[in-house]
Amino acid sequence: MKKRKIEELIFNIIMRVSAFIIFGSLIAISATILIKGVPAMNLDMITKTPSGGFFLGKEGGILNAIIGSFYLSVGATIFALMICIPVVIYINVYASENSKIVHYTRLSLDILYGIPSIVFGAFGFVLMLFLGMHVSLLAGMITVGLLIIPIIARTMDEVMRQVPVELKEASYSLGATKWETASKVLLKQALPGLATASLLGLGRAIGDAASVMFTTGFTDNIPHSLQDPAATLPLAIFFQLSSPIAEVRDRAYAAALILTVIIFAISLISRILIKRFSKNTL
Amino acid sequence: MTSSTIKSHISIKDLNMHYGKNHALKNISINIPDKKLTAIIGPSGCGKTTLLKTFNRLIENVDGTNITGEVLVDGENIYGKNADVTNIRKKMGLLNQRPTPLPMSIYDNIAFGMSIHGIKQKGVLNEKVEHFLRVASLWDEVKDRLHSPAARLSIGQQQRLCLARGLAVEPEIILGDEPTSALDPISTKHIEQKFVELKEQYTIVMVTHILRQARRIADYVIFMYLGEIIEHGPTEMVLGNPQHQLTKDYVGGAIS
Repeated sequence: MKKRKIEELIFNIIMRVSAFIIFGSLIAISATILIKGVPAMNLDMITKTPSGGFFLGKEGGILNAIIGSFYLSVGATIFALMICIPVVIYINVYASENSKIVHYTRLSLDILYGIPSIVFGAFGFVLMLFLGMHVSLLAGMITVGLLIIPIIARTMDEVMRQVPVELKEASYSLGATKWETASKVLLKQALPGLATASLLGLGRAIGDAASVMFTTGFTDNIPHSLQDPAATLPLAIFFQLSSPIAEVRDRAYAAALILTVIIFAISLISRILIKRFSKNTL
Repeated sequence: MTSSTIKSHISIKDLNMHYGKNHALKNISINIPDKKLTAIIGPSGCGKTTLLKTFNRLIENVDGTNITGEVLVDGENIYGKNADVTNIRKKMGLLNQRPTPLPMSIYDNIAFGMSIHGIKQKGVLNEKVEHFLRVASLWDEVKDRLHSPAARLSIGQQQRLCLARGLAVEPEIILGDEPTSALDPISTKHIEQKFVELKEQYTIVMVTHILRQARRIADYVIFMYLGEIIEHGPTEMVLGNPQHQLTKDYVGGAIS
């Protein structure tokens, strides 16, 4: 009897400590970025591109990286969605549940999901050379798009599998075709989950450094076409952090703060969107 | 219902369905009478719902099913090579065990079926939405909130909405898969009353596991057991004076 109570107590403590570590690490990360980043933060950081001596600690900002990251992540997410949505509809509506193609598609997504982003970066680099492209926004979008396809597709697949089969049957029994059922009923039902999946991919796209290093490059300028190289926030942090100059290293934290705020905003927006989209679902 | 004086709407001939290795429907041959309410009864897992879903070919969406035989609706074999599955389904409204409103407004739930079949004019849609909501006795309860989400209705209202939605594509047949099993007694009564009214114009086939419900509203009863039709005929015959031992056991409560 006593033993069971002690057991209960021990596991209760372990679980509480684990929960605290999660919460605590969020606090610690936020605090570090705030404490180190806020002093180095100023309006120039988000409104100006680096001037000549920026990486020596002189004036300028990282607007180039903010804009570059924005273009890159939005472009990559759109590219990924163009592939994910048809795939997810195919394996959930058109193909039969136990067919080989469904099995191998899901297996491929699982494997791709586990591949580190630096490998995607290396692959993107080879692909870029093969296609005769230069380091550019477009090459980055394709590489990062490939990186987030498994993230978005797997999440969307989970969401679509949870749509009750009766809803499909209800639509079919009205004489709807598969496409009408998929596009007008199932996607609508799954919309909150699909939005979450897309924003999950967007968040990953904006924060990844390894996949963009060899494909998107880095530049002090704001890109004006898909052929231009582009700066990104993770690389801006990386380059500033590896500087020998203290002021530049401090500004890395300001850049990290900017990136964190953007990601925080994305997840906040996704929560609001989910609430709005859930209005009509069961 | 083998009597030749009764006009049949659905004729099933030597229908067999295998689900993997499981022989789920065995040599089913039966005529479903026109503009009557036919109840399919039997213990759980006997193939009632499976049989119902062969009528609108929903069963073929389940993996690993193999169907042989014929199901004639208005004389046309729905499993024939040239059969158009969306047209077949349009002929039959389906009510599921649990109501399944589409993820859209009350109005759009009714308008959806009509719009995919080509009715687009706003005026016509408005008129028909009102008409079918009235037929399902739902109009007075929802007329002020047609554009609010259907999911906010009570379960009983949702089931009547599903009925109205099914009727809106102007089917000839209504299929019910235990359509009252999730409902409270009052909502159940609503649906039963509707079915009694609607059988004047529609052929209704309903799966039920409630014998009293079959007694109350069915004209004909089909008793199934382990994928076979054991006995069928007018309700008072099958339930009042069953011939087969299994039917007697089921009606008497020895098996359920």
